[in-house]
Amino acid sequence: MIPGEFDYHSPRTLQEAVGLLQQHGDGAKIVAGGQSLIPAMRFRLALPEVLIDINTIDGLEYIREDDGHLMIGALTREADLEESALVQQKYHLLADAARVIADPVVRNRATVGGNLAHADPANDHPAVMLAYNAELIALGPNGTRAIPIDDFFVDLFENALADNEILTEIRIPTPGPGSGGAYYKVERKVGDYAISATAVQLTINGNTCTAARIGLTNVSAVPMRATGAEQALIGKQITDEVLEAAGQAAAAECDPSPDLRGSVAYKRDLTRVVIKRAIRQAVERAQGG
Amino acid sequence: MTTFHDPTKPKHVADRFENKHDAPAGSSAVVATTEEVRITTPPEICGMGHRMKRKEDPRFIQGKGNYVDDIKLPGMLYMDIVRSPYAHAKILNIDASAALAMPGVLAVITGKDLAAHGLHWMPTLMSDTQMVLPTEKVVYYAQEVACVIATSRYIAADAIEQVVVDYEPLDVVVDPYKALDDEVIIRDDKELKTNRIWHWEVGDKDATDAIFANAAHVVKQYMHIPRIHVASIETCGMVANYNPATGKMQLYMTTQAPHAIRTVFALVSGLPEQKIQVISPDIGGGFGGKVPVYPGYVVCAVASLLIGKPVKWIEDRSENLQADSFARDYHLEAELAADANGKIVGLRVNGLADHGCADAAANPSKFPAGLFSICTGSYDLQAAHVNFDAVYTNKPPGGVAYRCSFRVTEAVQMIERMTDMMAHDLNIDPAEYRMNNFIKADAFPYMSPTGWEYDSGNYHAALRKAMDMIGYEELRKEQAEKRARGELMGIGISSFTEVVGAGPSRDYDILGIKMFDSAEIRIHPTGKAIARFGTKSQGQGHETTYAQIIAEELGLPANDIEVEEGDTDTAPYGLGTYASRSTPTAGAAAAMAARKIKAKAKKIAAHLLEVNEDDLEWDVNKWQVKGSPEQAKTIQEIAFAAYTNHPQGMEAGLEATDYYDPPNLTFPFGSYICVVDIDSGTGEVKVRRFVAVDDCGNIINPLVVEGQIHGGLTMGLAPALYEEIVYDENGQCLTGTLADYLLPTAVESPKWETGHTITPSPHHPIGAKGVGESPTVGAPPAIANAVVDALWHLGVRHIDIPITPEKVWQALRDAGVTE
Ligand SMILES: Cc1cc2nc3c(=O)[nH]c(=O)nc-3n(C[C@H](O)[C@H](O)[C@H](O)COP(=O)(O)OP(=O)(O)OC[C@H]3O[C@@H](n4cnc5c(N)ncnc54)[C@H](O)[C@@H]3O)c2cc1C
Repeated sequence: MIPGEFDYHSPRTLQEAVGLLQQHGDGAKIVAGGQSLIPAMRFRLALPEVLIDINTIDGLEYIREDDGHLMIGALTREADLEESALVQQKYHLLADAARVIADPVVRNRATVGGNLAHADPANDHPAVMLAYNAELIALGPNGTRAIPIDDFFVDLFENALADNEILTEIRIPTPGPGSGGAYYKVERKVGDYAISATAVQLTINGNTCTAARIGLTNVSAVPMRATGAEQALIGKQITDEVLEAAGQAAAAECDPSPDLRGSVAYKRDLTRVVIKRAIRQAVERAQGG
Repeated sequence: MTTFHDPTKPKHVADRFENKHDAPAGSSAVVATTEEVRITTPPEICGMGHRMKRKEDPRFIQGKGNYVDDIKLPGMLYMDIVRSPYAHAKILNIDASAALAMPGVLAVITGKDLAAHGLHWMPTLMSDTQMVLPTEKVVYYAQEVACVIATSRYIAADAIEQVVVDYEPLDVVVDPYKALDDEVIIRDDKELKTNRIWHWEVGDKDATDAIFANAAHVVKQYMHIPRIHVASIETCGMVANYNPATGKMQLYMTTQAPHAIRTVFALVSGLPEQKIQVISPDIGGGFGGKVPVYPGYVVCAVASLLIGKPVKWIEDRSENLQADSFARDYHLEAELAADANGKIVGLRVNGLADHGCADAAANPSKFPAGLFSICTGSYDLQAAHVNFDAVYTNKPPGGVAYRCSFRVTEAVQMIERMTDMMAHDLNIDPAEYRMNNFIKADAFPYMSPTGWEYDSGNYHAALRKAMDMIGYEELRKEQAEKRARGELMGIGISSFTEVVGAGPSRDYDILGIKMFDSAEIRIHPTGKAIARFGTKSQGQGHETTYAQIIAEELGLPANDIEVEEGDTDTAPYGLGTYASRSTPTAGAAAAMAARKIKAKAKKIAAHLLEVNEDDLEWDVNKWQVKGSPEQAKTIQEIAFAAYTNHPQGMEAGLEATDYYDPPNLTFPFGSYICVVDIDSGTGEVKVRRFVAVDDCGNIINPLVVEGQIHGGLTMGLAPALYEEIVYDENGQCLTGTLADYLLPTAVESPKWETGHTITPSPHHPIGAKGVGESPTVGAPPAIANAVVDALWHLGVRHIDIPITPEKVWQALRDAGVTE
């Protein structure tokens, strides 16, 4: 479990980092918390020639509200999300997720940006950000651009960033009145990736669900939205029947692989169950519960 | 293939004690049970019963332990291992040229190189054979194929990627039942072309069959006790340091049995035994996984011998999980019979042991299935018969006694599941059912139908205490209310009997070496002492508990006694630490050696006090004149005199050695009760409460006992709900990292609630029994029984461990329960 040989850089500025990316092309890798990349390197599954460590760049760790958005610096640690009063008060879905990502030791190092950039459907943030309809800000040689979350996950471990781009910020629209969110995860033990997990963010007007976005964790090769389940909710009162219909829709549209966590049948049924629980919780929160 | 019969024959208590050193009078009488820990010394002395903090812990919690990987010697080289990507394949060619061309690479050692010295095969502790490095074919995934020696760890890791091995894949046998067909022969190096290793039977077949023929009730169940791994925090490793000038080979090694290893190394390598020094420094957990010799150790030693420089080899986590010896992996078909009154009368077990590619178990050599025949457990049966076969499969060799006295865990899982099933079938509360069937307290010493003589026990007292601690009757009410609301709650019991302390020399040996153990105590002139043992602590707290035993016997403060183990040049010979044997054997030796010292001290005291020896009596830490206690000599005064003023004609000094050959094993026991809640939507099992009442005889240090129990319970929770080594159909290990091989953490562990009863061993010098493994052995069936208890009304009779969420979900959906 010793990685292959690599060169190491610790730039002081984002510009310097982008310059290094440009210089080294696809042989270079950014390292943030290292909690996904370093294990892959130790197994020699990832063999970057150059590591660009962004931990030495100031100003990439923050959580603040601005202009109707929650702005999260890409290098923000999971532990900081977990402890943020702002997140706990207004971003329940995110707060739920922050508590169940990996384990406390990993959360001290792991970053939100790394969790998303890794584009691993087993990670929890992709589903969360899909549900929030977040925007990701990337910096490249030609400046910044915003990438809608729906366009970000291209394939397994493949994101929409160009080789010379760095993810710098995540923007979550501040939930409006009558909205609520929840994350529900079933894992075999603490620190395990989900057998199945669901992120729900919805709006209830009167008794009717007027908007809903749902992300699914670890039941597809690419992080996915459960659009069928979303449609089952929108325009409806959330009755037990509607919940069940949403659950069944998600069970049908997800695409899990069998592994030690469970068979396809189990994962589909579990998705049905967890989505119902997440929706119920989100509705309660939307209604001020 | 060898056929074994259990050598344990019924014997009378009397002849067990015949040549006993010091069996307490009336030792065959019923032993009383108490709850109070006996303390006879003041806190300054800290003898038995004191909650002394562990003497070893300050160095561990400061990060000042000294493990094999901490050893750095001048000029040290590093070894890394090329491993097989196939579970069964012919080796066509190994091309090491590219690796050898790398700067810093000194050698690439293959099976052929070892064959030149006759070292490509080695014996296992069960007198089977195992490849060190292959010359013809590989027989398990991640098998050692070649070793690279380089000037740095990094170069070695890079170089193994450059060793090119051509394989021709062969058919793989993963399923042990398929192995029985002999269609693919795994060990074609052997004369007999069969995958069968041994057949073993114990008990009275005819009597058992007759009981089953007439039984009013029979329950029958197949169960698999899964293949698991000890997964100690420290992996295995070695620093071999051969000095060509002196001819001395120093082996710093992660081993639980340094002395036996030295002898085996001497026999296999031909090096003279006095030129081999095995040093087992601090060990980060052994649990049986550091009893065997792994190929890496052998090649590392050979490399140092050939190159004449120190060589270090340290396994990484994946190598440890994938290639080192596994534990368990027994397939059992069990049947339990009860009479018309519901009384258990007979047990029949058919077992199949999956040993992987070699029988590398660490059992006493006459016990191929270890002490599995303890399987009648805590119950008074009329007859039992056990019938076992063992086979080779394309998996790593094993299986080690993982925190378990040789297959007792498998036996306890089986009998506790079967008893519970019978109780449920008969619609009798499982606690009540156990009470009705326990061996009664006045029946000890008890002769079991499979030939074990249980030394002492009081099973009713332990279960009653556990029931009181957990509030059993209330919980049953709560369960009924919850069930009425459709909530799933289960209560599970395990009332286990352990058998530890191997063992009496007439029956117990490993590779012919008898399983005694030893202590050597040397008192210095200033009244301080060093004590050395043939065992080796890996977390058990020997530095503390052995000192307390000596403090108890001699009145020397435990803090004045330095305990040393693990260096074969200095410590007396012993068989090491595993199978909860240290207290029953070396702990006994400590007491016996101390008593020898006490006897000599008496002579010196008589000389100093100018009285007759017969006029002296012992009081805590001194010999005093009967009737005039102010005339006394403390052990410290006596120690000084032993070097400065000893009687004419007496040898100077104050020291003694004892090699203790136990007259019998000891039989710790306990009752555990567990409460689980089950999520009917997801299949998740949550252990809400767990009460453990243990009886390990006299308690040396309650703090250490509780620590052992906490750790052991967590290790019992692990296979019950989480751990299993899994292979795919090609024999590839799917659980080669800790992301896949699931160790429970503090988050998954309930608050362990512990209690004890004390029923001393009548034959052990200090009445102790050993406790390290009881919790690992006793916990899994309590949890499994609780899960089945929660689901029984839905028609669920059994779920194999580990009870994963999916298995529970499947059982629920099969029963039509969904969310
Ligand atoms: C034991 C363990 C358990 C875990 N369990 C979970 C879990 O339950 N749920 C979960 O969601 N995650 C889990 N993780 C993953 C953890 O949260 C990861 O840390 C996270 O996925 C990646 O974040 P990182 O900062 O460590 O990224 P790194 O490992 O440093 O990087 C990951 C990838 O992202 C790229 N990258 C990182 N930052 C940027 C950036 N700013 N711009 C562009 N590319 C970038 C890197 O080049 C690399 O390819 C677990 C990890 C471990 C070790």
